[in-house]
Amino acid sequence: MAKRIDVSGLTAYYGAHKAIEDITLHVEPQAVTAFIGPSGCGKSTFLRTLNRMHEVTPGGRVEGKVLLDNEDLYGPGVDPVAVRRTIGMVFQRPNPFPTMSVYENVASGLRLYGGRRMRKSELDAVVEKNLRDANLWNEVKDRLHKPGSGLSGGQQQRLCIARATAVSPDVLLMDEPCSALDPISTLAIEDLISKLKASYTIVIVTHNMQQAARVSDRTAFFNLAEVGDPGRLIEVDATAKIFSNPSVSATEDYISGRFG
Amino acid sequence: MSGQAVATAAAPPPVARPVLRPTRVPRWALGAVLVGSLCFGIGVGLVAELSSRVQWGLIAGVLFVSTTFALTYAIEGRRLAVDRLAALLVWACFAIAVLPLAALVWETVSRGVAGISWHFLTHSMNGVLSWQSGGGVYHALLGTVQQVLIASVLALPIGLLTAIYLVEYGRGRLARAITFFVDVMTGIPSIVAGLFVLSLWIMTLGFGYSGLAGAMALAVLMMPIVVRSTEEMLKLVPEELREASLALGVPKWRTILKVVLPTAIGGITTGVMLALARIAGETAPIILLVFGNAMINANPFEGAQSSLPLYVYEQWGAGTASSYDRAWAAALVLIAFVMVLNLAARAVARWKAPRTDR
Repeated sequence: MAKRIDVSGLTAYYGAHKAIEDITLHVEPQAVTAFIGPSGCGKSTFLRTLNRMHEVTPGGRVEGKVLLDNEDLYGPGVDPVAVRRTIGMVFQRPNPFPTMSVYENVASGLRLYGGRRMRKSELDAVVEKNLRDANLWNEVKDRLHKPGSGLSGGQQQRLCIARATAVSPDVLLMDEPCSALDPISTLAIEDLISKLKASYTIVIVTHNMQQAARVSDRTAFFNLAEVGDPGRLIEVDATAKIFSNPSVSATEDYISGRFG
Repeated sequence: MSGQAVATAAAPPPVARPVLRPTRVPRWALGAVLVGSLCFGIGVGLVAELSSRVQWGLIAGVLFVSTTFALTYAIEGRRLAVDRLAALLVWACFAIAVLPLAALVWETVSRGVAGISWHFLTHSMNGVLSWQSGGGVYHALLGTVQQVLIASVLALPIGLLTAIYLVEYGRGRLARAITFFVDVMTGIPSIVAGLFVLSLWIMTLGFGYSGLAGAMALAVLMMPIVVRSTEEMLKLVPEELREASLALGVPKWRTILKVVLPTAIGGITTGVMLALARIAGETAPIILLVFGNAMINANPFEGAQSSLPLYVYEQWGAGTASSYDRAWAAALVLIAFVMVLNLAARAVARWKAPRTDR
């Protein structure tokens, strides 16, 4: 089920460098929250702290709290592997596993997790459902056992979304999922996001203001005072309000292109 | 500004020279220069009675390159002349690199192929005196296969796991120290590896000569090569794939086992096979540790064995006509063995490599 995320006083570092500072934010369940802001303001870093992927980077560490339905992801005894299983992620560039077929890519999360092996029929059903949900089934149903890397860029990205949803997470994080895609594939993914909203909590980082306006319910604007300074959350509000009547002038400057 | 543009457009300059189709040196001219150079080289060689054909070739080559350069410079200009000169130099370097290799293979095949027979491959040197014909290479082939196999069993797990540690886990001082010592190990001469095992295994611990002792020295030589090549291959696996797997909630060790290693398996296999080929031709540690044996000893854990490089060395040292023949034939068997390993490696690499076909 979709879950709520409450972030309070979150600061993230790369070694000695402070990338984002003191971010407090609520992410509503069954809604799309968009993160916008200039490059280098820490949107992606912040996104990666939400499923403990930030610490995979050498030197990455985090201070503060991230509550997933009141359970602190950074609390003692929390297993990062379990966290990532609950909070899935889609990356900027499509990254299907090159050694695996389309089918194996979708099934990879379930298969690689170990533990109980699913029955073939059960796995088939999961793969088909997630490919259908990702609007990809009709395009790949005849080539399920061909390499996933043979698909087009847009198809690969939808394959990655199907792979992420196949482990049935509660939250889906998307790091600029459309930035490497053409407008038609982008539209397909945006449709998909609107559809997935019913069952997941979705957070999407985007550089495309129109995309944020189209797909998101709430928008958070990040900015940094100067290059090298840590990024900060400027404001977060309903998307309609951010794009029509933001309460901070910096947000309006950024959205209307008067930035910098 | 617009007035200028109109003025130039109104009066296009007359086509003085063909800009897009400059004059080129015709292909037949290059062929003629080549033939002329060859004739000149042969002619000079015959007249001056130069005994070495290499000198004939060198004269012809230098003449061909310089004439072509001058001709191209005169007709096509500097840029194309330099381009052609560079291309010719690259070809020359390629020829210089390939010639010795081709000569080596040719020499070995032409001298060794006569000695190869079913009898040669299935018999040992037991009871065959050095001046007698007959005898075979079976004991040496068996020894090489066994020793290389044991060396792989010893070196591969350590080498592969070390590489995985260095790429996936190693941070800081320990990893740097391991990298440094692996680099140092890469430079160990094989005789030193042999002496190390000799002093430790045979002289200190009191074991006898055996295939195992030789295999230990070979493993010492093989390990750094495996670590280095595997490390490079693992580094080539994109970080995105690891992150994709981790973000699915897959534990790190399963990510390495199921995503990273399969992606790199083609390159790793090639590296391992090259390391195998390298140790299959080692002689020095085999002399020290396996000792050499004219009889078949199928037990690599006890008693002296032989191996192909050692066999070649012994037969050459015996210095009779029939032992020379045996040495060449055994050298051919060794090259064929290494070649088969290499082809197998390429097949595995092609079969396992990530496919991109649509």
